Amino acid sequence: MSRLILRGHVAAALGHHVDTDLIYPGRYLNITDREKTSEHLFELAYPDLRPRLGPGAILVAGRNFGCGSSREQAAAAMRYAGVQAVLAVSFARIFYRNAINLGLPAVVCAETARIASGDELEIDLEGGMVTNRTQGVSLASAPLDPRAVALLEAGGLAPYLKKKYAA
Amino acid sequence: MAMTMAEKILARAAGRQQVSPDEIVVAPVDLAMSHENADLVRKTFQQIGRPTVWDPGKIVIIFDHRVPAESEKTAATHRSVREFVRAQGITHFYDVGRGGICHQVLAEQGHVRPGMVVVGTDSHTTTHGAFGAFATGIGATEMAGVWCEGALWFKAPATIRILAQGEFQAWVSAKDLILFIIGRLGADGADYRAVEFDGPAIRGLTVASRMVLTNLAMEMGAKVAFTPVDDWLLEYLRPRTAEPLERIEPDAGAVYESTLEIHLERDVAEPQVSCPHAVDQVQPVSALGSVRIDQAVLGSCTNGRLEDLEVAAALLAGRKVHPDTRLIVIPASQQIYLEALRCGYLEALVAAGAMIDPPGCGPCVGVHQGVLAAGEVCISSTNRNFVGRMGSADSQVYLASPAVVAASAIAGRIVAPSVLEEEVAACLA
Repeated sequence: MSRLILRGHVAAALGHHVDTDLIYPGRYLNITDREKTSEHLFELAYPDLRPRLGPGAILVAGRNFGCGSSREQAAAAMRYAGVQAVLAVSFARIFYRNAINLGLPAVVCAETARIASGDELEIDLEGGMVTNRTQGVSLASAPLDPRAVALLEAGGLAPYLKKKYAA
Repeated sequence: MAMTMAEKILARAAGRQQVSPDEIVVAPVDLAMSHENADLVRKTFQQIGRPTVWDPGKIVIIFDHRVPAESEKTAATHRSVREFVRAQGITHFYDVGRGGICHQVLAEQGHVRPGMVVVGTDSHTTTHGAFGAFATGIGATEMAGVWCEGALWFKAPATIRILAQGEFQAWVSAKDLILFIIGRLGADGADYRAVEFDGPAIRGLTVASRMVLTNLAMEMGAKVAFTPVDDWLLEYLRPRTAEPLERIEPDAGAVYESTLEIHLERDVAEPQVSCPHAVDQVQPVSALGSVRIDQAVLGSCTNGRLEDLEVAAALLAGRKVHPDTRLIVIPASQQIYLEALRCGYLEALVAAGAMIDPPGCGPCVGVHQGVLAAGEVCISSTNRNFVGRMGSADSQVYLASPAVVAASAIAGRIVAPSVLEEEVAACLA
């Protein structure tokens, strides 16, 4: 299976305007070990959510996911918690770039309201299709830009540049 | 073809005749700013493995989020950034006691000029559109890429034009105007867009007040935001830089995605307040009812400038902070601190019972210098009121202008300054 087709279960379906303070509180920004950031994911706002996130989890949200602070720990913490993709109706622009730069697929899908917690999804990142196997529906998503695909395939911007300079 | 400010700056930077919305261009970066998260940038930069940054003269590092260091962990972060700055020969570094809040320092030290492409690892980097720069926030990993490459890809944004006319009413400021606009357009109303503020009411604003507009445009998702490059701005910049200054303007006939017209007397007749827990939950102050407050905060990259301290000092002179309320004041920079000291503003504030925090972000990041306990309510001149932003997830933050913050500190509840005047008038009658 190509790494650009993802399969997994939806760990949580969140609402609109989930800001980066909700995702990763400012008080933990001085933790610079990225692996440790995942311990504080959603800690203040959704304390029951963190234990449900594990390897392969998919998060779904409404509009403007990741608004607010530019802190990339919001995307990094999700990735280190095992989240394999975030689907949202729209993303705040800095979060979107951070996610791709850190190797976390961020997928724009207008119909995330048709996805519920626990649903099994198959996401074709390049083709722009989300198949909800639980509900038996296919939802269009925005195909990833080739630039984003290259970054995700490398595992993020840092490994991408490292490889580029090594070549 | 006619271009907006964003299109014009990107086209020029990318060496193209023209750029249209949604086109992706690679543009050289003229200035790359970071605060404490420079340590995260450094780690990623070193992981990539480049020996030296692309241009140590174009990187600016300013400590502001945790100054002075509130913990041993932060102290270690500060130290590792200092070592990196020294090793790389980064010329523009503002350590504890030398600068203040990054956006204020960039402005007052003349680092930003019209037409520049500026990126910062802070979302409120949009502030620098008040100086005619295409300025936007990026993450630390992306900044590590900039430190390597000196360039970045940008998707050219469509532009929303906001035209304001009329007179600012008594006690109504740029903060009230932008809160009204955010309430109208919503927290994602300008997502991925550029915003151009113009109109007679905008052109009459001080540079400090224009920075409030471009700073808070971020809270409706804007990628970049501009106020006009006019004589007033050039006068502000001239003593601050030896570099040539260019009067860059959008072309007549540039294409805007939409235009919002604001009539100040009609739309912003009184001070505005953003209610918990989203910046776009905006109401006129008179609609709030009685909201008791435990703390009032005056400061931040949004509203910690001299004119903000001046209005607070004028209201608090000869009065006292309410006994059940504490007032925290944070000058945005060392320079502002010094000026406020010389003007007597700090004396008036301290005499009224305010506590002065050192220049920096203060409690706006929820770490130190005035965080909130569960159940507490705060009125603040800062920029975000998200859950847990300034402390406990069970605290509440209301956002307002410096005048409303000062008046509320006196009243112990959220009030317009005009309420104080009425009380004085009633006593005298």
